[in-house]
Amino acid sequence: MNSVTGGLSRRLYGPRGWAILALCGIAIFVVMPLLNLAVPAESPFHVSAYWVTLFGKIMCYAIVAVALDLVWGYAGILSLGHGLFFALGGYAFGMYLMRQIGSDGQYRQPMPDFMVFLDWKEFPWQWWNSDSFWWCAMLVIVVPGLLAFVFGYFAFRSRVKGVYLSIITQALTFAAMLLFFRNATGFGGNNGFTDFRRILDIPIATPQTRMALFAFTGATLIATLLLARWLTTSRFGRVLAAIRDAEQRVMFCGYDTVHYKLFVWTLSAVICGIAGALYVPQVGIINPGEMSPANSIEIAIWVAVGGRGTLIGPILGAGLVNGAKSFFTQAFPEYWLYALGLIFILVTLFLPQGVMGLLKKKQ
Amino acid sequence: MTSNAATAKESDGFSRVASGELDTTHGVVLYLEDISVSFDGFKALNKLSLQIDIGELRCVIGPNGAGKTTMMDVITGKTRPDEGTVFFGQTIDLTKMSEAEISSAGVGRKFQKPTIFEQHTVFENLELSMKADKRVRKTLFSSLSSAQKDAIAETLKLIRLNDSADRVAGLLSHGQKQWLEIGMLLMQEPRLLLLDEPVAGMSDEETERTGELFVSLAGKHSLVVVEHDMAFIEKIARKITVLHEGSVLAEGSMTQVQNDPKVIEVYLGR
Repeated sequence: MNSVTGGLSRRLYGPRGWAILALCGIAIFVVMPLLNLAVPAESPFHVSAYWVTLFGKIMCYAIVAVALDLVWGYAGILSLGHGLFFALGGYAFGMYLMRQIGSDGQYRQPMPDFMVFLDWKEFPWQWWNSDSFWWCAMLVIVVPGLLAFVFGYFAFRSRVKGVYLSIITQALTFAAMLLFFRNATGFGGNNGFTDFRRILDIPIATPQTRMALFAFTGATLIATLLLARWLTTSRFGRVLAAIRDAEQRVMFCGYDTVHYKLFVWTLSAVICGIAGALYVPQVGIINPGEMSPANSIEIAIWVAVGGRGTLIGPILGAGLVNGAKSFFTQAFPEYWLYALGLIFILVTLFLPQGVMGLLKKKQ
Repeated sequence: MTSNAATAKESDGFSRVASGELDTTHGVVLYLEDISVSFDGFKALNKLSLQIDIGELRCVIGPNGAGKTTMMDVITGKTRPDEGTVFFGQTIDLTKMSEAEISSAGVGRKFQKPTIFEQHTVFENLELSMKADKRVRKTLFSSLSSAQKDAIAETLKLIRLNDSADRVAGLLSHGQKQWLEIGMLLMQEPRLLLLDEPVAGMSDEETERTGELFVSLAGKHSLVVVEHDMAFIEKIARKITVLHEGSVLAEGSMTQVQNDPKVIEVYLGR
């Protein structure tokens, strides 16, 4: 048994890789909590809530980037609609957070404010059982997963691929955005969900809850990375990469490529949904803007900047691009989109393998 | 076309029932009967009928556009015929199966342009094409048994790439890629091998070795070789089929075919 697990750990990463991963783990689970909770606010070493939330948010994005890398970097399926799965996970968990507000909303009613405002007397069917944490946690996985499965089944079976698939995923997230903008859809229209008070009956805005969410997100990111690494180093992963490079040959080798693509596509969507569910309580808001086509394109940019097909690269890409975004939107808010476009062009022209390609060349 | 696609889809559900063990009780591995395929009015295949015996090495020649590649597309499920039947053995109806199912049933195909997995190593190329349970669930947890490793090593030796096992396949020479693809086919342990211009771009020495390999494979496998290289055909051929305008023009030994007035007319153009 020992040799089996030893073989597996060797398969995933070398000693240096595990050491780096352990350091990241220490930073997330020990250093950050200490600097945020134990170090007094006057100290120059104190990490403020702003940074905890920012890093937590970026880790959610990094999870999405890994999920997109699985389908784009390995299976060659460029999705420009992954923001939709992220937002659906966020909305599913947001429903629970809305119910946790209880009667503490603006109107002091047991229903969410927007429903009171719309003069709804009872919860629409989508909200059934939404006061249950486990029910909503299940929806976080099932809703994006089911949508991805149904969409993928028809798309892959009809052999839609390449730029056509990308365009359809864009259209899908755009259509969903329009749907969620409508009040009648039952998810708060263009305001979405906000003003959360509690999670699991614990106040949500305390430093401890914030740190717990941060650490949980960090654990999810590490687990996602290891899962993705395990998948891509298995024979399954080699089949995926083969589909990316020569799908027809793979079919003539006797593999049903539709099943392979469908599996990784659905898994990727589920991971995005989980990331969305972790994102909403930390950021404190979810609205249809998360489904905007530009958002999904940005996810692809993170992956491209970091380096496709490397798993670590997209994490770096998500960090770099969002770090730059936080800086720009404060310093020169009107220039951010230009900067993003420029980054994308430069990476495409000079770093086709992204930051990871650059690091590899250096070695 | 569309109505054909629809019927193919409807019958999808039955394909698993129809497939199964290859039944070659009549000594025939492949029957093509009255196959017609047209693309936008152009008849690529016109009532093509062909029979391949078990263990046979059959060469198929014909001028450009005679329908050689389309015939392979029909057999491997890439193209659905407008009319006609394709039977693998006595019982397996290939027109109702997907590419992957046909391959699993035991039909291997080499493309005109070598298609290998360029980003994978030579070893991985063989590993992926090896005969195995190819469902998602199985490939997630599979690891190579020592017997499978031996089989890969044996094939590596056969295709003379044992020194390049860990090389990325994209770095191989053209001839080596052709050999790798042939090796990948052999790893599938197919009953029927379809080889589309297998010696294109090979050096004379490589061509010769390829010919020897094919001759040694015949018997254990059935082979259909499409080639333009007449010198190569002359070396390996026992029975030759000449295609012209989508149907069989002549069939027989090299001398028979060479002296057939119809063949002479097509090739030399009177």
